[in-house]
Amino acid sequence: MSAVASEHEHTDDHHDHGPAKGWMRWIVTTNHKDIGSMYLIFALIMFFVGGTMALIIRAELFEPGMQFVEPQFFNSMTTMHALVMVFGAVMPAFVGFANWMIPMMIGAPDMALPRMNNMSFWMLVAGILMLASTLFMEGGAPASGWTLYPPLVLQTGDALPFAVFSVHLLGISSIMGAINIIATILNMRAPKMSLMQMPLFVWTWLITGFLLIAIMPVFAGAVTMLLTDRFFETSFFDAAGGGDPVLYQHIFWFFGHPEVYVMILPTFGIASTIIPVFARKPLFGYSSMVYATASIAFLSFIVWAHHMFTVGMPISGELFFMYATMIIAVPTGVKIFNWTATMWKGAMTFEAPMLFSIAFVVLFTLGGFTGLMMSIAPVDFQYHDTYFIVAHFHYTLVPASVFILMAGGYFWIPKWTGKMYDERLARLHFWLSAISVNILFFPQHFLGLAGMPRRIPDYATQFSDWNMVSSIGAFIFGFSQLMFVYIVIKTIKGKDCADATDEVWEDAAKHGLEWTLPSPVPYHTFATPPEKIPTEHF
Amino acid sequence: MKKTKLQLVYLTLMMLGLKSVEASDYTLNLMKGVTKTSNDIYDLHMLTLWVCVFIGVAVFGTMFYSIYHHRKSKGHKAEQFHENTTVEIIWTIIPTIILIAMAIPATKLMIEMDDVSESEMSIKVTGWQWKWEYEYLDNGVHFFSSLDEKSNQARKLGSDIDPRTVDHYLLNVDKPLVIPTNTKIRFLFTAADVLHSWWVPDLGWKTDTIPGFINEAWTLVEKAGTYRGQCAELCGKDHGFMPIVVIAMDKPDYELWVKEQKALAQAQLAAADREWTHEELMTKGKSIYTSSCASCHMDDGSGMTGTFPAIAGSSMVTGDIGNEINIVMNGQGMMPAFGSMLSAADFAAVITYTRNSFGNAVGDLVQPSKIKSLQAELVSANDDDDDDD
Amino acid sequence: MSTNNEYYIPHKATWPIVGTGGLMIMLAGFANYLNGSSIGSGMMMLGLSIFIVMLGGWFTLQATESEAGMYNKGVGISYRMGMMWFIFSEIMFFAVFFGTLWYTRNLSVPWLADEITGSTLWPNFEDVWPTNGPGNRGGDYEPMGAFGLPLLNTLLLLSSGVTCTWAHHGLLEKNRDQLIKGLAATVGLGFLFVACQALEYHEAYVDMGLTLGSGIYGSTFFMLTGFHGLHVCIGAIILSVVLFRSWKGHFTPENHFAFEAAAWYWHFVDVVWLGLFIFVYLM
Ligand code: HEA
Ligand code: HEA
Ligand code: HEC
Ligand code: CUA
Ligand SMILES: [Cu+2]
Repeated sequence: MSAVASEHEHTDDHHDHGPAKGWMRWIVTTNHKDIGSMYLIFALIMFFVGGTMALIIRAELFEPGMQFVEPQFFNSMTTMHALVMVFGAVMPAFVGFANWMIPMMIGAPDMALPRMNNMSFWMLVAGILMLASTLFMEGGAPASGWTLYPPLVLQTGDALPFAVFSVHLLGISSIMGAINIIATILNMRAPKMSLMQMPLFVWTWLITGFLLIAIMPVFAGAVTMLLTDRFFETSFFDAAGGGDPVLYQHIFWFFGHPEVYVMILPTFGIASTIIPVFARKPLFGYSSMVYATASIAFLSFIVWAHHMFTVGMPISGELFFMYATMIIAVPTGVKIFNWTATMWKGAMTFEAPMLFSIAFVVLFTLGGFTGLMMSIAPVDFQYHDTYFIVAHFHYTLVPASVFILMAGGYFWIPKWTGKMYDERLARLHFWLSAISVNILFFPQHFLGLAGMPRRIPDYATQFSDWNMVSSIGAFIFGFSQLMFVYIVIKTIKGKDCADATDEVWEDAAKHGLEWTLPSPVPYHTFATPPEKIPTEHF
Repeated sequence: MKKTKLQLVYLTLMMLGLKSVEASDYTLNLMKGVTKTSNDIYDLHMLTLWVCVFIGVAVFGTMFYSIYHHRKSKGHKAEQFHENTTVEIIWTIIPTIILIAMAIPATKLMIEMDDVSESEMSIKVTGWQWKWEYEYLDNGVHFFSSLDEKSNQARKLGSDIDPRTVDHYLLNVDKPLVIPTNTKIRFLFTAADVLHSWWVPDLGWKTDTIPGFINEAWTLVEKAGTYRGQCAELCGKDHGFMPIVVIAMDKPDYELWVKEQKALAQAQLAAADREWTHEELMTKGKSIYTSSCASCHMDDGSGMTGTFPAIAGSSMVTGDIGNEINIVMNGQGMMPAFGSMLSAADFAAVITYTRNSFGNAVGDLVQPSKIKSLQAELVSANDDDDDDD
Repeated sequence: MSTNNEYYIPHKATWPIVGTGGLMIMLAGFANYLNGSSIGSGMMMLGLSIFIVMLGGWFTLQATESEAGMYNKGVGISYRMGMMWFIFSEIMFFAVFFGTLWYTRNLSVPWLADEITGSTLWPNFEDVWPTNGPGNRGGDYEPMGAFGLPLLNTLLLLSSGVTCTWAHHGLLEKNRDQLIKGLAATVGLGFLFVACQALEYHEAYVDMGLTLGSGIYGSTFFMLTGFHGLHVCIGAIILSVVLFRSWKGHFTPENHFAFEAAAWYWHFVDVVWLGLFIFVYLM
């Protein structure tokens, strides 16, 4: 096979090797920067795909009565919106950042397993393609919510096996990506950098990687049982055969709860990287940040049933999961307080990355507060499956995870491209986003408390007003994000943008190895490990 | 749409704080409800809310103070401290204490809610796609409850009916659940097909209904009145359209109602024994079809490709009547078994109707008395089944 | 030029995209097959073939590079970490099914027979194990005993673990003969195990009425033993490749990642079987 031969030839001249020419470069690349870029671009596209579905949801909910879509299709939109956003947008975006930044942050030449790195990316694409294909199948795309609860999910038409296999592919992709990241962090670190000298983004990804390897197989197992229940006569989730539909929920949430922390821990890491730079101060409480992250990850494995307070668990279960969930507020609080203390008595400036980070701290805390309220089991009997929950998790996902992704994008793009993005436009993008995201999601608290269930295509008329507000917010927020695309493309093209200095942000080199590299970063960096490790965060 | 424009103006005013939300049955906050449980929940909700507000004000206050005063543009010089074990211990311990303080009342309430003992009557609730079945275990009253006809018309895509003109749009049913006040009632929840969740906010809890399992919950309503809720677990396409209405009546009224129900059941049995005309069956059949079948097979009998077969032109429907009766009575796959759900007259009517509508023109009919005897067989067969297990 | 103290970074990898394509075609084919489409099985075979070619190609590439001395110690450590974490993910996968067994035996089956659910919905159901549920799914069946084939299989797998370690010693002591014999024995025992398992399944289906459809007992029994059997097959195939490479003279006491990976995998499969034997057959 020619592939084998060409691999061989290249090993000989690999020092002066730049990117290959033509579009094949992107398909066969093993370079962490190329793969990082592909992850990020793919995630951005998926953000718009998932967002478009969200806008369909919000358009239908603009007014009471059915206006645009059939209920079944509405449910498909809810399901696909969530799956695309979670598995296609937010998770890959963080993997993209990991690919780009981790080798540069720890002084490594590349990822530990570059070929597998390529495969993780393409498996992701394969998984999402397979998921997207279900939209065009007889019986429609899965419409049982992203949680895929049986027995309802077993009523899916032809899409069911495709959905199951897409979860398998996405799982393989995530596991391979996580293994790669862990191996890179543990094995490729500059010899001079000890574990407790790693930037927090690297720490949070180390822990996230562990979470991913532990949970993705669990999700794969759960959907495999759905498949056999539907096609091979097993009765895992069927009481008549001795099974239990609730068993699926236990397995799903054993995956699902750590999964939401997979989307927030790297967020914490990027925030901990950005805030000190713009406060011109070292991060407050580095080691407690590390321990808090680890505790959150540990606790995430023993709280899953807070999603299931109403399924009829024995009282001991209700209480255990309530207590365990409440405790998470403590390590998360430590993080919030540490960020605040980092800002305290700093010399702050407010460029776009910092603006997004501050908004993240505030709005994530709001989302955390509602999470804490829902963790009180008896009260969750009222909140469960209402828009209060929709508001909760969008606060923790959109103005938290997504905002930090934007922040990270603005923060590092000068280093990646060698060009400075348009700060004025970026700030406008921030203000539009920050205001509209609250118009979008804050009213959903009211709706939920007033009794509006989630996953409904139509609602009683007393919910009209706030739904209208929310929908208006959604459209403003959605279209504001086109600005981000514009700014990014403008920066990559670079014609009207100033050149980025090697320093980019004032004194940034004190905060991380990546800032010791030139802008734009060369295709291969850290062929030899760096001698000096920035120790600003101590 | 003029209505929409007005609404927009109104909303802008509302957002500017110039106009408050008026709808009387609408609040921004959790409702207090009408049971002790729901009131306790409300109190606990307010407690945690205020705790969060308090912590929020403290944290954000500090942060914004710092953002305002410690900015470079004001010439503030960064200090370089980055650790302080004492404050870190303090801000670990204080939240822990707050949490413990919240956990104590929560635990008490949880235990109270879990205790179904000493209840005075029991109602079994079964969730169906997309209706509720209620069985009074103490007096044998038994019926189904689904979305009322008006809402059902208005909620169709392209119905051109303004939902605001419909009374209690989507929150009204054809036959509400009636309960006595000042009585501790135990509910037993289960489902026939997929998961549902029974939720009336005023009562203060929701409970999932799970096929093959029973979940318990209880309530004690002191105030007579009508309380509305909805299914709260995604259960397929019409999940948004299976409301719950509970009417709490004072004991004597309730007793009267029970008597009425029993008389009604008797009348239904009697109705099955007389001879019905084709017209009668067709008229009744149409209404039964819309309320029981149209959610899957569609109003015009066209079904939904891939999931629900069409009734119009179905060889099953236009073929041997015995086969059709059989599938409707016993169900098959996702098609529910209607044998015990419909009265004999309703059953005969809907069968007759499907065979002579949507372009089907078989011309035959089936008499309720025939169905009645079939249903009797079904019941005894089921009993036999149980004995085998 | 890769010197010995520099981390080897390959450029241009074609196998990953081939493998991804193969896997995707295979799964799409399987899904089509399940939906009753006639192109399904053909697609599945095509995808599987591509996947197998990819495995062959990729492994050959790795073996050649390894034998050419392109991997330094660091690369070896990365591979070992990769394998360890991969095995950890497999452990979590099996944990799901063990968890399912635990949950149904100890929680859901007793609930189905208790004084609330049982007496209301399933009046004649008793809390016993094994069970095919209150609906008597799949009809009458005989549960699988522990002391026939399963016990034999336990002995087979345990001894294959020993021969595998013995082969490793051979490798470390430069005793190629011992290495090859040990590996051959391991592979042989592995395939013997698979054969016995096939026999056991045959008996279950034909003589005992025990099938995947036999309620929760049948479901958990076949799912656990089935996935384990699949892993034994994969492990035995990997070991065969390692055997072939040993026979061609590959591996040195310092550089034999492929052997170690295969051996770890084999021990993992071994341990899972012990769990199965205890929780599925004995208890
Ligand atoms: C990134 C995502 C993310 C994050 C970080 C969280 C964080 C938390 N979540 Fe959330 N959650 C989701 C995503 C997330 N969640 C999603 C997607 C769902 C719905 C899934 C579905 O059903 O589809 C969900 C649902 C969900 C439920 C189920 C509700 C229901 O369905 O009935 C519950 C219940 O307990 C819960 C609780 C919590 C808690 C306690 C936290 C905690 O981690 C929050 C901790 C943070 C704070 C508390 C704020 C900061 C702390 C301080 C300032 C310290 C001092 C504070 C106090 C002492 C009060 N979440
Ligand atoms: C990371 C995850 C994530 C993200 C980022 C979002 C983002 C958004 N979500 Fe999502 N959402 C979930 C995860 C997420 N959501 C989950 C897990 C659920 C639960 C699902 C379930 O119940 O099973 C859910 C459910 C959910 C619901 C409840 C649906 C229901 O219960 O029926 C709603 C309703 O308002 C909603 C709205 C939105 C909106 C308006 C956004 C906005 O932030 C989106 C912003 C919009 C854009 C970015 C689009 C921009 C598009 C254009 C401008 C068009 C131009 C087009 C092209 C260029 C192609 N979401
Ligand atoms: C929850 C959805 C649902 C409801 C409600 C429902 N059906 Fe069905 N029906 C189905 C499904 C699904 C099938 C296909 C069953 C199968 O073949 O597996 C079906 C099949 C049928 C068939 C056989 C059609 C054929 O061509 O095979 C008839 C007749 C029928 N239903 C009549 C009715 C009548 C009469 C009612 C109301 C009293 C009704 N159905 C209510 C879902 C439903
Ligand atoms: Cu029934 Cu939702
Ligand atoms: Cu959770």
